[in-house]
Amino acid sequence: MNKYWHVVGVGIQNTLVYRVNFLFRACFALIPLMATIYLWRAIFASNADSPQIAGYSLATMTSYYLLATIVDALTAVAEDDWQIAADIKDGRISQFLLKPIDYLAYRLCLFGAGRIIYAAVAALPATLFIVVQRSHFLLPSDGLTLVLFLASTVLTALLQFLMSYTIALLAFWVLEVSTFIFILFAFEYIAGGHLFPLDILPSALANALSYTPFPYQLYFPVSIYLGRIAGDELWRGLLIQSFWVATLFGLARFAWHRGIRRYAAVGG
Amino acid sequence: MNASSHSRAFAGWGLLRRYARLYGALWRNSVVREMGFKTNFVLWIFVEMLWFALQIAFIAVIYQHTDRIATWSKWQVVMLIGASHFIQQVFTAVFLLNCSNLSELVRTGRLDFLLLLPINTRFLVSFRQVDLGAFVNAASAVAVMIYAARQLDLEPGIVQVLAFLALCVAGVLIHYFLMFLLATICFWTVRAQGIVWGYYNLFTVARLPDGAFRPGVFKTVFTLALPMLLVSNVPVKLLVGMLESPLEIALLLGMACVCFVISEAGWRASVRQYTSAGS
Repeated sequence: MNKYWHVVGVGIQNTLVYRVNFLFRACFALIPLMATIYLWRAIFASNADSPQIAGYSLATMTSYYLLATIVDALTAVAEDDWQIAADIKDGRISQFLLKPIDYLAYRLCLFGAGRIIYAAVAALPATLFIVVQRSHFLLPSDGLTLVLFLASTVLTALLQFLMSYTIALLAFWVLEVSTFIFILFAFEYIAGGHLFPLDILPSALANALSYTPFPYQLYFPVSIYLGRIAGDELWRGLLIQSFWVATLFGLARFAWHRGIRRYAAVGG
Repeated sequence: MNASSHSRAFAGWGLLRRYARLYGALWRNSVVREMGFKTNFVLWIFVEMLWFALQIAFIAVIYQHTDRIATWSKWQVVMLIGASHFIQQVFTAVFLLNCSNLSELVRTGRLDFLLLLPINTRFLVSFRQVDLGAFVNAASAVAVMIYAARQLDLEPGIVQVLAFLALCVAGVLIHYFLMFLLATICFWTVRAQGIVWGYYNLFTVARLPDGAFRPGVFKTVFTLALPMLLVSNVPVKLLVGMLESPLEIALLLGMACVCFVISEAGWRASVRQYTSAGS
């Protein structure tokens, strides 16, 4: 176990090098967020006679996007998938086959370290932004909601990581995985709830999406926080989210074992 | 006097032909390079189309719940999304790779060789590679715009279409001037790749109807400093007849000139303090 803590330490030191880059990225990421919030304000203003649109008030809608940004900062895979694919392509994973260290656990430690640093750096612009928008920012209704939100966010992070990890392992079979990474990203973006909360979709479509892992990559924890998912539905959701994490873990292990058999250690 | 101005015009014409021939050679180079990775070429086009479809889906979902965003109707916004995608893709085809590769040229010191060639260096750096797939995506944007125009019962005349295209070119150039300026930051700090990709977030603003933004800091910044709210809004407003005054066109063209001047000044200052690396 000790060696993995060491990996986390190394990961933190490595990512600290990019702190300015992270700050830039966090600031730039606020631009689309602001644009989306203004867009919704204009929509609410155009429909001044109805205070709610698809069950959302302006404050709930604004909070949705703010929270989505926070959860995203805490859980999104940044460069990990590219690095994994490059490790395979350039034959650098050979050393992991020789050492008593598990590659998945190793990458998970690096991912965790990267997220901690990114979240710490992004906290500054994000907090400033929330202070500016405070009149539209809702707090969770009680302590339990907050705890469940945090638990669900951890599961989201695992889900995000395992999914990207599995896609990156495609590098065992194909030379260029970047297109696959972007296709997955596109699905996560719309079906995960980055663009809009999923319950404003026609209910048949929203229902169909709930059978995929995507809503559990962002929409689910945010909805817990906002109290839009509660009671039995919430517990069932957490169970499904855990099921997806377990499934993807199995899939990642399976892909790794099949991949290793094909692996030719190019240049390694 | 007459003779000298005549010969100067002749020299200018020769220069233009020389650069056109050079650009032709760079094009051929890019075609050969792309055809080496055919599957990849097709897959990238698919990825871009997917993202384009996402943006349209976003608008479709929003208009399930409202009839208007400020003064903009659904198909007007679809037209806007199409136009901004068109502008973005033409920009990608011609300039994007070159802007993002600049930091690599500086980091490895390969810029030395380009500086030595008897050609304008900015021309060479800006036009080295062409991304052909992006032209295919630009065509898909045109298809969406034509469909939206049908839905809006628009029948623009040839002059209107030409004016629209000219304004789109101004938009492409604004993106280029600004991103090139950002890319020159790599002369000061070597890791500028992240900065160039940060520019991608600005495209999101360019896709939104300007009417959604009330006067304020945000609108001012994205009109007069980073004119994202002009690049695709103004051409579309011209096409669908929403322009409030011809001043909006003048503003777009004026901002293009301002961006050019600043971008060129930034480039010159950067090259002046370039001290090579590695070689």
